[in-house]
Amino acid sequence: MATPRDPGMDHTSTLEKVLRGVALTAIAVFFMFPIFWILLMSLQTNETILRIPPSIVFEPTLSNYTALISGKLTSAAGTLDIAFMHNLWNSILLSTLSVLLALLLGVPAAYAFARFKFRLGEFIAFTLLSFRFAPPLLVLLPLSLIFQYLGLADTYIGLIWVYQLIALPLILWIVRGYFEDISPDIEHAYRIAGHSWLNTFLRIAVPLARPGIAAAGLLAFIFCWNNFIFALILASADKQPVTVGALAFVTASGIQYGQIAAAIVLSVTPTLLLALYAQRYLVEGLSMGAVKG
Amino acid sequence: MALRLQALSKSYGGKTVIDALSLEATSGDIVTVFGPSGGGKTVLLRLIAGIEVPESGQVLIDGTDMTYATPDARGIGMAFQNYALFPHMSAYDNVASALTPRKLGESEIRSRVNHIVRLLKIDHVMGHKPRELSNGQKQRTALARALVGAPKILLLDDPLRNVDAKLRYEMRLELPVLLRKFGSTVLYVTQDYKEAMAIGNRIAVLIAGRIVQVATPSEIYDRPATVEVARLFGDPGINLFDVTPDTDGRVAIANAQLSIGAEFASAAGVPCVLGIRPDAITVSQTANGATFPVDVVAETPLNDRSVLLLRTADGKEVLAALPASAAGTTPIGAAHAAFASASALMFDRASGLSIARGARP
Repeated sequence: MATPRDPGMDHTSTLEKVLRGVALTAIAVFFMFPIFWILLMSLQTNETILRIPPSIVFEPTLSNYTALISGKLTSAAGTLDIAFMHNLWNSILLSTLSVLLALLLGVPAAYAFARFKFRLGEFIAFTLLSFRFAPPLLVLLPLSLIFQYLGLADTYIGLIWVYQLIALPLILWIVRGYFEDISPDIEHAYRIAGHSWLNTFLRIAVPLARPGIAAAGLLAFIFCWNNFIFALILASADKQPVTVGALAFVTASGIQYGQIAAAIVLSVTPTLLLALYAQRYLVEGLSMGAVKG
Repeated sequence: MALRLQALSKSYGGKTVIDALSLEATSGDIVTVFGPSGGGKTVLLRLIAGIEVPESGQVLIDGTDMTYATPDARGIGMAFQNYALFPHMSAYDNVASALTPRKLGESEIRSRVNHIVRLLKIDHVMGHKPRELSNGQKQRTALARALVGAPKILLLDDPLRNVDAKLRYEMRLELPVLLRKFGSTVLYVTQDYKEAMAIGNRIAVLIAGRIVQVATPSEIYDRPATVEVARLFGDPGINLFDVTPDTDGRVAIANAQLSIGAEFASAAGVPCVLGIRPDAITVSQTANGATFPVDVVAETPLNDRSVLLLRTADGKEVLAALPASAAGTTPIGAAHAAFASASALMFDRASGLSIARGARP
């Protein structure tokens, strides 16, 4: 239906345009400044970072990055071995495997919760979500004892298991909503066409919920990546991710701001790249016009 | 018997939607399931398709008990009211999806799909995704998907509901021809009595979960089993008068004693409902023993006829349908109406059941 346009909407005044631009710039600067500043810090030595007053004029150096990548931290007190690249690798390994496992378990579970009514269904779904409400510290102490007993302490498998507390409820609840939005008749039509239950799930439900699965997977990845406390308590240095590994920069001879900044830049990069890649799945609409609404 | 339903019952939350329903259809039979909305038409199809499971009763397909079989094991085709196309697949893949589980060769699938989509005149849009199709094309794609496997049983759930009026008229003519080509047993659900009459060999009238009558379209129209069925078929709707025939086969309408013939004498003294189709009513300016006085209130053209709104002295509204050639010949104001007693229908007022001519109620 063609609605007559409000004439005031067509001609935005110049002043309005300028004000809008200024407001948007202010917001962008406010939110981008810390990231920009960290990027600058990562290219400076500790001396230039700490000079007073601070200045954005400096001689850029890649020494922080080379120190991180080579694993040799040079400070006033001498050379210190750091395992930052190993921590980064741990982060990638832990987050990726945790999300993959959570998808493997969570997507079929989400489908079950979305499509079937069963005894205690809502109760189980809510219990899984409630893990997100509980403060992690509450469970960590008993958990660390149990892990010691089971031999899971300081293992990747143990950490990936605990990371399910973060990833599984997230994936379950987001993907469940997407499954519920798919018209059941679309799946019925596929069954009637002669396809098995499993094929209907794999060829119809999962592809149609793909934007939701991508969004949930990405969110779960970021949450796992940012987790600090689980690995701090349950793992030792060689299994710990960057979040815990960054503690190494707080050395006896002071805080290595330049290296911390470079470490932040390096540790943000994988999630940033993943988010950019997944963006097209995130914006892909779910309703594709098959069912007349 | 290609399809046999035996005493099927289904309820939701204590509300009975399908109530001990039985129905049989032979191979190649086209049965339209017609009834008011909420009568259980869609649920009936879902029970046959295996989307829903009945609480009691049986679904037999070709003599095999399929009551609890999964939908993929039943060898049926179904077109949904909302099309239910797979949005992430091309129209071609949508249609072909009904053949892929059968382990046919790629070229065999291609030729079968091409055959059906050419019949339905959608071969030019096979590369498109459902969202790029018009409603008519979506509906035909859904129909092609249901037909392509040449299923024994074909279930069509109000397939013309969401298409525009022009296409609906076209399809009403095309569909019966097309459906006969495939030889499937068809159950066709609709809320439109004209569609039900145009498409089905037989009509099953489904009211409140029960099949009230199964008969050919002309039988349903001429000899409705209940007053409710009489009311559902016909546009303009049937005129109903509360009467009690006397022993001479006469009834009182608007203070006039009118003869309805001796056939209904058996109903003497029984409270009845007299049904007169609007096209059986004539209006003239002269009174005689077979007329009752009316006021002609208004005249409206409807389809190929002209409909008069009449009002009797006791305030009852009566519709009369005249051929278009007689349009405008009846002056507004006082007149006299008569009806052909041979076309009168009589129903028992308490049960709503039809009273056959010459039979006791």
